[in-house]
Amino acid sequence: MTNTDRLVATFASSLNIEASQVVDGLEYNTIPQWDSVAHMVLVAALEKEFDVMLDMDDIIEMSSVGIAKEILTKHDVVF
Amino acid sequence: MSDWKSLEVFGLAKEDKQAWLLDELNRLTLHHQASCQPYANLLAGQGQQAGVAESLDAVPLVAARLFKMLRLSSTQPEDVFKTLTSSGTTSQVKSQIVLDRDTAALQSKVLVSLLSSFTGKARRPMLIIDHDGLTSNREGFSARGAGVQGLSFFGRDHTYALNADMTPNWQAIDDFIAKYSSEPVLIFGFTFMVWQHFIQPLKASGRIDQLSQALMFHSGGWKKLQDRAVSNDTFKTTVRQVLGKDVAIHNFYGMVEQIGSVFVECEQGHLHAPSYADVIIRDQETLEVKKIGKSGLIQVLSFIPKSYPGHSILTEDLGRLLGEDDCPCGRKGRYFEVLGRLPKTEVRGCSDVF
Repeated sequence: MTNTDRLVATFASSLNIEASQVVDGLEYNTIPQWDSVAHMVLVAALEKEFDVMLDMDDIIEMSSVGIAKEILTKHDVVF
Repeated sequence: MSDWKSLEVFGLAKEDKQAWLLDELNRLTLHHQASCQPYANLLAGQGQQAGVAESLDAVPLVAARLFKMLRLSSTQPEDVFKTLTSSGTTSQVKSQIVLDRDTAALQSKVLVSLLSSFTGKARRPMLIIDHDGLTSNREGFSARGAGVQGLSFFGRDHTYALNADMTPNWQAIDDFIAKYSSEPVLIFGFTFMVWQHFIQPLKASGRIDQLSQALMFHSGGWKKLQDRAVSNDTFKTTVRQVLGKDVAIHNFYGMVEQIGSVFVECEQGHLHAPSYADVIIRDQETLEVKKIGKSGLIQVLSFIPKSYPGHSILTEDLGRLLGEDDCPCGRKGRYFEVLGRLPKTEVRGCSDVF
């Protein structure tokens, strides 16, 4: 499984959406399933999956799937 | 005008703040006048000309209770993202606050910038003094749910300390203590609930000095504690006796009508206005502006509300202005204390009722 596969699977299971919906352009708060409550579930799941600790700025900035990749890249996850 | 992100949270002294905030507020007044008909009517009725206030105290204000009587929105129905309601008791009419995506996002961002100036950027294990059913209805949160949700960004491994019937969830609390007793943790709850449903049971059960590196934020009104003759000093002393002597405790004052801009208590026990918001004390009869040292009705100003005309609100709370730019804690801006609710209004405890 590539890191992109793991990212997509984590998004899909945390937000309870189809993997096909998880594209770079998917944005926070544009679908009912990705609201502030789900965001915290997602953050916890990403931290666990990639063994990283995201800080406050990371989770506030993480407003799309694409940006989530950039933030994880900053934490040495390679996509 | 500089972007809010470039501002130091408590760094703007009087002149600079006036220049920045007034410009933002005047722009909001114009925006709401153009986008919200009832608001425009209100300004016209008061003979106010929008967007030309020359000082912060000349910015038109809206009484908080108007949000209970009218759905004041500057947002097209299809852009409404969430509607917040104050919890209120059954006999009361609830306030309705209409949010679009941008305003909701700005609320979170400002709150993070503000509170992280106290906590730092790292997210701490977080104990929430409430039960986990609060945020289950996604369509609309109560004020309490919105408060918990907003603060949850600061934490990780969120643990709810209470059961739905407000009894302590000892299993959850003891697990949390076992994992994190020697780490910096974050505790958040509404003032009365922290006191009644967390600190008292901890004390009674002999769980003392178990979370000595905690930082506690609490909010939501003192009325029920005043009824029990518990002052802020008593509250802090007792919390430190129970959790640990070095626990940092910060009360904050905020309301559902202006989520995001909260007024946080400093080490001196003073509530501070951040760069993005301000407070004005007015005579409760004449609405005349009161000077430092005098008490009156609290008016709150915030640059956040774009989706509803809530950038300048006259609350039903009484407070006293304590000073400006010269608090011994070093923070710039106005600082004040809250004295309680205006007696003749209906009691509108926004979060300490359940």
